[in-house]
Amino acid sequence: MNKDMMLGSEAVALGVKLSRPKVISAYPITPQTHIIEKLSEMVDGGELDASFIRVESELSAISAALGASQAGVRAFTATSSHGLALMHEILHWIAGSRLPVVLVNANRAIGSPWNIWTDQSDSMSQRDLGWMQVYCETAQEALDTVLQAFYVAEKVLLPIMVMIDGFILSHTLEEVIIPSQEQADKFLPPYKPEYFLDVDNPLSFGNAAKGDVFYHLREDMQCSMEASFGVIREAHNRFDEAFGRKYDFVEGYCLDDAEIVFVIAGALTGTIRVAVDKLRDLGIKAGLLKIRYFRPFPADIIKELLKTKEHVIVLNRSVSFGSAGQLTQEVKNALYYEPNKPNIYDYILSLGGKDVFVEDIVNLAKDVGNLKTSKMLWRE
Amino acid sequence: MIEIRFHGRGGQGAVIASKILAYAYFLDGYHSQAFPTYGAERRGAPVAAYVRVDDKFINVRSPVVNPDYVIVMSGKLADTVDVSSGIKENGLILINSELNADYYNFEEKCRVMCFDVSGIALKYGLGTKIMPIINVPILGVFSKITNSVSLESLKRATPRFVSTGIDKNIEALEEAYNLA
Repeated sequence: MNKDMMLGSEAVALGVKLSRPKVISAYPITPQTHIIEKLSEMVDGGELDASFIRVESELSAISAALGASQAGVRAFTATSSHGLALMHEILHWIAGSRLPVVLVNANRAIGSPWNIWTDQSDSMSQRDLGWMQVYCETAQEALDTVLQAFYVAEKVLLPIMVMIDGFILSHTLEEVIIPSQEQADKFLPPYKPEYFLDVDNPLSFGNAAKGDVFYHLREDMQCSMEASFGVIREAHNRFDEAFGRKYDFVEGYCLDDAEIVFVIAGALTGTIRVAVDKLRDLGIKAGLLKIRYFRPFPADIIKELLKTKEHVIVLNRSVSFGSAGQLTQEVKNALYYEPNKPNIYDYILSLGGKDVFVEDIVNLAKDVGNLKTSKMLWRE
Repeated sequence: MIEIRFHGRGGQGAVIASKILAYAYFLDGYHSQAFPTYGAERRGAPVAAYVRVDDKFINVRSPVVNPDYVIVMSGKLADTVDVSSGIKENGLILINSELNADYYNFEEKCRVMCFDVSGIALKYGLGTKIMPIINVPILGVFSKITNSVSLESLKRATPRFVSTGIDKNIEALEEAYNLA
């Protein structure tokens, strides 16, 4: 087993390289990560046979990815925070055009006030566009998820956004098992689209569509989201065969007999794991449910795992102001028809990089009797 | 678990030192993790970087608040930044300084060691007189006095994260190790 240490963002770059994209388009300046820096070095050094398109804004980066994908090749881009916000309009167009673009977003806050640190507000603002969304906990998971993302996107014909938390994952040096190109090729076949821009076979894309057509095209997108569960399962099985690592839509930790369950997505899952261990040492039956796939949202799986629990504390790193944390909305939705629902707490854990220590989580569990389900909960 | 905190100023190479150290522990067969706190990314701003070392994968991602070891890149920083904050009882603070360790009077119960790493850096032409680059040689001192990470792995780890003056850095690393 070939192990090495790399930053989360470098692990993403390696995952992209192993996926053999043909076009990488990116805006290289803040808020960007090492992902693009590494990929440009790989292209420059001849390690990766791809066109690297350096553009003048994130809006252009995502537009170039759209064009490349429409021309029939595997396309990748990466961004973060304000950069993702600037892409918003074209993110709609890529999903509506059913193009399997893969985008990696380093989750960081959006101003005002100015803040460069991590939270998930940027990608949660893009949840309703028809992009699939996956949140990663470790550098290994980020690398592996990029490979899976291309496989899933190209079968479902919807784009995927893969999230790594800014700094606490993107800039953290940690160990990674390095897959071989041979393994990657065994897992991910070359991309062969059925319809693409081709001068020898002219077709028109993105034409005007009146309500009757438009409505059913949107229905098709929802059908594809529903059908994607099977594709994602298949991707996980194939990935396990090729690499010997198991993945699922969600991951439980100490969940079976847990009375208090934390629900979280992203790299802070690791800190919660340690807190769960500490709580177990104290005799408190705590557990953890990590959400990997946020779109499609695996509501049925989550319902089965949580329906008999007493307390479910949803740890959000984004807020839908005037409503609830986006993760809480989904968990509540999943449990709506259950007759004996758990107490579900809408807890805003961290925004703009506010530090989260193991003790914070241990104390939260100890205090569960005083928590209210009727209102959004904020830390002191 | 061993937890280490670096204090430096932007441009002194504390972040790179943290990566070299974490990678050296990895080469020694441990699991490790290194990450910085990013504030203002500019020269001269105080920065902190963290290393964790364990015999299993490290899950926790919060900043190190109770370090076993603290490495301070320049003595002057210890006058303005609370470098001893939260240090474990009998933890060690290693400071790059010409001064005697008695100069530093921390409230916490800990050991303090001063070593003039800047002198070694200048001897090998690392950085300038105003700002010597001591991030590699200070790890030689750390290795010798803690006996916690091997000099051999530090030598192997250095070229991975240092792009210029690799040979001079490794010579300075060895000299710092031998003199400590």
